[in-house]
Amino acid sequence: MMRFIHQLASPPYFYHFSGKVLPWFLGLFLVFLSYGLYGGLVLAPTDYQQGESYRIIYIHVPAAWMSLFIYMVMAISGAIGLIWHIKLADVVAISSAPIGAMFTLLALVTGSIWGKPMWGTWWEWEARLTSELVLLFLYLGVIALYNAVEDKRTASRAIAILALVGVVNIPIIHYSVEWWNTLHQGPTVTKFDKPSIHLSMLLPLLSMAVAFKVYYGIGLLVRARNELLQRERNTGWVRELLHDE
Amino acid sequence: MSSLSLTKAFVTLLRRDLLLVMRRRSEAVNPVLFFIIVTSLFPFGTSSDTALLQQIAPGIVWVAALLAAMLSLDAIFRSDFEDGSLEQLMLSPHPASVLVLAKVMAHWLVTGVPLLIAAPFMALLYGLPSEALPTLLISLLIGTPVLSLVGSVGVALTVALRQGGVILSLLVLPLYVPVLIFGSGAVELAVQGFSPAANLYMLSAILALAVVFTPWPASAALRLSLS
Repeated sequence: MMRFIHQLASPPYFYHFSGKVLPWFLGLFLVFLSYGLYGGLVLAPTDYQQGESYRIIYIHVPAAWMSLFIYMVMAISGAIGLIWHIKLADVVAISSAPIGAMFTLLALVTGSIWGKPMWGTWWEWEARLTSELVLLFLYLGVIALYNAVEDKRTASRAIAILALVGVVNIPIIHYSVEWWNTLHQGPTVTKFDKPSIHLSMLLPLLSMAVAFKVYYGIGLLVRARNELLQRERNTGWVRELLHDE
Repeated sequence: MSSLSLTKAFVTLLRRDLLLVMRRRSEAVNPVLFFIIVTSLFPFGTSSDTALLQQIAPGIVWVAALLAAMLSLDAIFRSDFEDGSLEQLMLSPHPASVLVLAKVMAHWLVTGVPLLIAAPFMALLYGLPSEALPTLLISLLIGTPVLSLVGSVGVALTVALRQGGVILSLLVLPLYVPVLIFGSGAVELAVQGFSPAANLYMLSAILALAVVFTPWPASAALRLSLS
């Protein structure tokens, strides 16, 4: 197992391995996505309180989960790159950032769309939406910093430091926003009672969550392969690869 | 150099930075001027209604303090980076994080403390009740060092960039959210006649965390910027 991980960290091996894995990921993604969408949009019963508009959670909730998850992945792989100088970890960290930002934006937009019929406004300064907004800013900061630094190795280390600082800050930001929100206004937000959600609603949701994770895997692999080729363009294995094709 | 004790190195660096500021006094005044101008602009943008101004005063004073701190952040490392003395500092046998802490402290003394002096006058302009004044001062006293500390990481990351300023704000401002919430929250509570203790405790906790944990990534980032 350890040997496999060590092998995977070498760019050429990773490139070939990820090329083989990608079609499988794509298939898995389609399976989970189609079940999740069909189960969520068609099979699941209508909510007695929110009507049909609750169905947006099948996009919103997995996207929100992913937004945090990807930030964690980014920080951890950034730390690995920082500590052990593993090239692939650097690549994974920066390849995650745009995908994470996209999921965060998706969560924000769907949350806002859901808010229109529920709260009557497109935007409510609700604790979770607000911390999601701050998270988006953190992602944008990471991307901006990476693009601003000329040397990409240095840039990777810089965003790793930033992501680590951000990871320490995310819980503080989240709880402070929650605190601030309850100070300003009472809990006017209808909350999903997690345990009371019916199985016919829950299963498609979980399926969508898996689909989103696999989608992240696909996006990550494609971006990482691209980034690797770009960074290693002067090495032997990339030349060989180009010769073969 | 190696015979210099750590405390002495800290004090020496602090004194050097303060001395440098004293030689360029006009620059040091700018953040306070900025703070005063921004806070006095808000009534023009909203209205001169005292009740409204009183209500938004804590937020405005805090946001202005935040922006003033952010605009002056670059000064922590920029000039030392450009003339090469930062490199010498990093080469010294003392832990870089302690030296960073000295520089951040100098920055706070120069930019944070003047805000404390200016803030009561701005509070007067907004008709903030005098009972809330101590809370405003204490919250700024605890909160502004956090701004300098967290900001130092951002500056350390961007000091080598040509267009560091804009990116710096993008990096640092989201991280300032908790300070803003607890700082202005404390003042707001005091205005309404409640005890702001909980918010101030939270601010102090954040300060303690920041003192311990920010010099470390800041010095790592500085090494990176110098490489």
